[in-house]
Amino acid sequence: MPTSELSRIFANDRLTADVFRLIVHAPEIAAAAAPGQFVMVQVSSSLDPLLRRPFSIHSRGADGSISLLFKVVGRGTELLAKARPGDTLDLLGPFGRGFDLSAAEKPVCLIGGGMGIAPLLFLAQELPDRKHALLGARNRDELAPLAKEFAELGCAVQLATDDGSLGHHGFIPDLLDEVLPDVSQVCTCGPSPMMRGVARKCRAAEVSCQVSLETHMACGMGACLGCAVPGRDGSYVHVCKEGPVFNSEELPWEL
Amino acid sequence: METLDLRVRIGALELQNPVLTASGTFGYAQEFEPFLNLNRLGGIIVKGISLEPRAGNPPPRIVETACGMLNAIGLENVGVDRFISEKMPYLRTLTAPLIVNILGDSLDDYRELACRLDEVPGISGIEVNISCPNVKKGGVAFGSVPEMAAAVTAAVRGATKLPLIVKLSPNVTDITVMAKAVEAAGADAVSLINTLIGMAINAETRRPRLANIIGGLSGPAVKPIALRMVWQTARAVSIPVIGIGGIGTAEDAVEFLLAGATAVQVGTANFYDPSAAEKIVAGLKEYLQRHNEERISNLIGALDTGGK
Repeated sequence: MPTSELSRIFANDRLTADVFRLIVHAPEIAAAAAPGQFVMVQVSSSLDPLLRRPFSIHSRGADGSISLLFKVVGRGTELLAKARPGDTLDLLGPFGRGFDLSAAEKPVCLIGGGMGIAPLLFLAQELPDRKHALLGARNRDELAPLAKEFAELGCAVQLATDDGSLGHHGFIPDLLDEVLPDVSQVCTCGPSPMMRGVARKCRAAEVSCQVSLETHMACGMGACLGCAVPGRDGSYVHVCKEGPVFNSEELPWEL
Repeated sequence: METLDLRVRIGALELQNPVLTASGTFGYAQEFEPFLNLNRLGGIIVKGISLEPRAGNPPPRIVETACGMLNAIGLENVGVDRFISEKMPYLRTLTAPLIVNILGDSLDDYRELACRLDEVPGISGIEVNISCPNVKKGGVAFGSVPEMAAAVTAAVRGATKLPLIVKLSPNVTDITVMAKAVEAAGADAVSLINTLIGMAINAETRRPRLANIIGGLSGPAVKPIALRMVWQTARAVSIPVIGIGGIGTAEDAVEFLLAGATAVQVGTANFYDPSAAEKIVAGLKEYLQRHNEERISNLIGALDTGGK
């Protein structure tokens, strides 16, 4: 059950030039949350910008905190970057369908690109020991601070950067071939071309693939119907309610 | 406190307070249960229903604008059959009156929808959507030609005895002409305004921000226009006017009542504050106390224009 929570900000750490990690005390949301779910954050107390912003839950702390990872991309995230410890933040959540781990017997492979890494850390926290994490970003500066905790959580981590400054020089799906025989489930979040590439390889190897989508939404709770994306049968699915995590086979991707 | 009277009347329908939720912004109500007490509202108007399910428009469907948002959802809805079988069982458990918003492509569509819903227990009224800007046929023509609006109203009137509200489009030269036309055709009330047609462009990509190119503008940005139209319409018709447009606080609601609205609908505010409607009910009580008014109905049309 989602709830409304006025949460106190513990920290808002700048990880890179434009990436922040916000840690807030939100015990009710933290207790109810599952990996892959998201919260709606009020970024301004005024009417402009008007709408809340959706953020997947990046991690859950033992102290009733949750963290959110965000990149400054517009007015909402610019305001959020200015939030200071001690400020309160108005949150709604948790919303949406998270990752389904009921069928994961063999190790799970987490595949994240850029800010898509955000929900995967929470997932890594909740998974048993044997797990892989394939993480990619544009360069070392962006990837290094995001990748650190995955190894601490027991993931076998492999990295890739677009410019080769850290790990494999190239794209994440390149790394998947050798890992796939060892896994029963792939969970991915990131740019669409990356997720498509991952889903294509999973289908060929008959490994289940869950993808977490990102889109604009006004309400986060299935009322505005603004977050629709094409589903398989010509209808639309709603990222906030049927997602944000989908089985890749539910989406009309030409794999 | 106990003596405060927030009741208002829309035709034969008595509301415990004048705060309704606007169609298309409140889902089928159940979505909001975690965030407010639905039974404290004056009434609930659910997402517009058509005879057949509609898939809606391709994305992107929404874009934020200054103090507002544009939407081009395209009337996505589950259709009347699934509405009755899947949504009504929950809605029937609520004590707040339920008003069902209907939309169609033809007079026959509207008539049949009214017939179907007339037989369903638990429905307290019908709101006829003749004003959605986001679909190619139907809606917008019915909403912009007075004779067409009157014909839809008469068709629905002939099919149901339920209180009948007609939701008007602001995208017309003179909204009072439309209001008078549907009043003459048997509407019990008019609600206004639906969204204003607008658009947003991404200068970097040189593309429209909505896949539908144009969409309906809502939120605080439209409130002054809505207030003006409610004020003009309330002076032009003798049936109740329900004010809609950028209402997010009790103060906003009071302004609409003063302009002549008998009730209000909370719309876009539900998206950014899902408990807004209940907060407005509480705020109206505080307003009455602060102004030593016992009855909310005393505020309706009480605007002091200094004799102008």
